[in-house]
Amino acid sequence: MLRKAIALAVLGLACVAGPAAAAGGHIELRHESWSFAGPFGKFDTAQLQRGYKVYREVCAACHGMKLLSFRNLGERGGPFYDAEYKNPNDNPYVKALAADIQVGDIDSETGDAIQRAATPADRFPSPFPNDAAAAASNGGAIPPDLSVIAKARAGGPDYIYSLLTGYVQPPAGLTVTPGMNYNKYFAGDLAPYWTGDPKHVPTGGFIAMPPQLAPDKVTFDDGTKSTIDQQAKDVAAFLMWAAEPKMVERKQFGLGAMVYLLIFTVILYFSYRRVWRNVAH
Amino acid sequence: MSGPSTYEPKTGIERWLDTRLPIVRFAYDTALNFPTPKNLNYWWTFGGILALMLGIQLATGIVLAMHYVPHVDHAFASVERIMRDVNYGWLIRYMHANGASMFFLAVYIHMMRGLYYGSYKAPREVLWIIGCLIYLAMMATGFIGYVLPWGQMSFHGAVVITNLFGALPIIGEPITTWLWGGFAVDNPTLNRFFSLHYLLPFVIAGLVVLHVWALHVPGNNNPTGVNVKSAADTVPFHPYYTVKDGFAIAVFLLLYGAFVFYNPNALGHADNYIPANPLVTPAHIVPEWYFLPFYAILRAVPDKLGGVLLMFGAIATLFVLPWLDTSKVRSMRYRPTARLYFFIFVFACLVLGLCGARLPDDPVIGAASGLILLDADINSFVWLSRVATLYFFAYFWLILPVLGLTETPLPQPEGISEPVLSHPATTPAGATASPEKRG
Repeated sequence: MLRKAIALAVLGLACVAGPAAAAGGHIELRHESWSFAGPFGKFDTAQLQRGYKVYREVCAACHGMKLLSFRNLGERGGPFYDAEYKNPNDNPYVKALAADIQVGDIDSETGDAIQRAATPADRFPSPFPNDAAAAASNGGAIPPDLSVIAKARAGGPDYIYSLLTGYVQPPAGLTVTPGMNYNKYFAGDLAPYWTGDPKHVPTGGFIAMPPQLAPDKVTFDDGTKSTIDQQAKDVAAFLMWAAEPKMVERKQFGLGAMVYLLIFTVILYFSYRRVWRNVAH
Repeated sequence: MSGPSTYEPKTGIERWLDTRLPIVRFAYDTALNFPTPKNLNYWWTFGGILALMLGIQLATGIVLAMHYVPHVDHAFASVERIMRDVNYGWLIRYMHANGASMFFLAVYIHMMRGLYYGSYKAPREVLWIIGCLIYLAMMATGFIGYVLPWGQMSFHGAVVITNLFGALPIIGEPITTWLWGGFAVDNPTLNRFFSLHYLLPFVIAGLVVLHVWALHVPGNNNPTGVNVKSAADTVPFHPYYTVKDGFAIAVFLLLYGAFVFYNPNALGHADNYIPANPLVTPAHIVPEWYFLPFYAILRAVPDKLGGVLLMFGAIATLFVLPWLDTSKVRSMRYRPTARLYFFIFVFACLVLGLCGARLPDDPVIGAASGLILLDADINSFVWLSRVATLYFFAYFWLILPVLGLTETPLPQPEGISEPVLSHPATTPAGATASPEKRG
C-alpha cells in the first residue's frame, strides 16, 4: 500500500517536475520574502497602499491597467477595503482616489467628448489613446499593460522587483544602443553588442524603459522610508494583488477544502479496510 | 462475465418501471452488482478518477461558457473577468485549467496500466481502441481549450499546430484554410474552436459510455492477466470498488487541490497571460506539458512532413497495438524481459517530455563542449529526442512483436484466487458475510 503510494507520487512528480525544471534559464532573480507567499500568506494592506501610490505617481504615466476599476481598490482584500463599506462604490476613500483622476466620457446632452472626474465604477484610464501613440511616445516600444503583469512574467513579483532594481552600470565592453538601457534582469541577447570574450556574454538585455524609481520620488503616507528598493518591492506587491486579487480568498478557501478532503480521505481509507477485511485479495 | 441479472425490483414503482424501461436494473447490473476481480490494485482506480475528472471538466466548463466571450477582442478580458467579478469564478476557472492537466496525468497512468498488464489483448481490443479514440478526442479538446484564453501561447500554439496540417502535400493548404476559417488564425478560428471545445467533451462522454460497455462484456482484466474462472474470483463492484475507488479519488483530489489552491499557474506558461499579439512571437513556443512528448517527436525529424507523420504515427501505433504484441501472456508480471523493456519505454516517454520542453539545440549535459559527429552536435536535446523517439517506435514495432515469440514467460497462476493473494483476509473466511450490510 505505502510502496504503491510512493510509486504513484514519484510518477506524478516526474510528470510535473520535468517541464517545470526545464522552464528555468538565465540569471537568478532577487528573492523577496513576500507576505503573501505560502499557503497562509496574506497581502500586507499598508504595502498595497504604498504600491498603489507608486503605480499612480510613477508607472501610470506610461502603463495602463485596463482590467482594473477603482472599485477594485475597495473590494475585500484590496488595498483600501473598509469593512464599513461592503459596497466599494460607497467607500469614501476610494471615491476620493477615483475623483483625483480624469477619465474620458461622452456628454449625454450634447454628445461631445468630455473629461470628468472618475467614479469607483470607472476603469483605470489608459495613458495613451492607442498603441500607435504609445509607441510614438516611447521610442517604438509599447509600455505593456500592467493588469496581469505579475502573472505574465516568469518569477512574478520577484521578477518585477528585480527588474526595477536591476539598472546597473553596463559592463565594460558592452555598447548600449542609444535610447535603450541596460538591465541585468531583462531578457535579451547581448552578443552583437559585446566586444569582450564571446564565451562570456553578459546576462541581461536592453530595455526601452529608463530607470524610473529614485529615492524619495514617492512620499509614503505611513512614514516608510522611500528608497528605490522599498518602492520596487511595494509596487511589485501591488501588481501581484492586481493580477490575482482573489489570491488570499483562494488560499483560505483552499485550507478548508484541503482539511475537509483529508478527513474524507482518512474516513474512506478506514471504510475501505473495513469493507475488505473478509476478502482475500 | 456479465451473467443473468440478479436484480429484483422491491417496490411497486420499481416493478412498474422495470417492465417498461429497465433502467434501474441496468444501473444495478453495471454499477452496483457488476462482478469485478477481487485482486485489482490501485493502478485500476484511475478509470474511476477519469470519470470524475470528465464530470468536473464538463460542469466547470459549462459555467465558464456562460461568461466567456469567444471574440479576439474580448476573450482575454472575459477570462480575467471570470477571475475577478464572477462569484467563485477563480475557483471554477482554476479547477478547469488544472483539471485538464489532472485529466491527462490520470489518462497517462491509465494507459500505462493497460500497457503493463496487457489490458489491450484479446478479448479487450475494442475496449482499448475506444480508449485510444477517447485519448485522441481529449488531445483535440485540450489543445483547443488552451487556445480559448487567447494569450500569446494560445495564439502561437494554434498557429504552430494548425500549420502542421499544411505540411501534407496537395490537401495540406486547403485543410489549414478550412480549419482557420480564413487565411490566418483569427476570429473565425477562435469561434469555431469554442464551438468544438463545447462539442468534443460530449463526444468523449459518448465514447466513455461505449468504453464502459466494452469493458462490461469481457469484464475487467486484473494484475495477473489470468481470466476470471468463477464467482469466487470476483466481488460485487459495490461496495468493494466504490469504496476503494473512492479512497483513490480522494487522494487524487488532494493533489488536484494542491494545484488549484496553491499553485494554480504552475502548469501553465507565463506568456499566456500576455494578450495574443500576431506581430510578436514568443521566444520559445511550448505546448502544455501533456503534449511535450509528441512535440519532441515532431521536432526530432528535420523534415516538417516527416515530423508530422511521425507524430501522428505515434498515436496511430496505439490503435494497432493489440495486433503488434504477439505474446499470449497478458500481465508483464510473468514476462520479466518485457517488463524491463516496458520500464525503459516509460523512461523514454518522460525523456521525450523533457526534450519537448527544451530548445532543440541546447546541450543536454552542462556546458560541456559539444560532441561533434557527422557535422552534428550529439550533446543536444534534438539528438536525445531522436534516440527516445527511436525507442518509442522500436518498443511497439520491434520489441513487442519479437519478444512475444522468443521470450520464456514465467509460469502463470491457475486462477486469480489461490497463489496471488498479497492481502489475506483478517478474519476467517465465512465468519461474516456481506460486509456491505454492516455499514
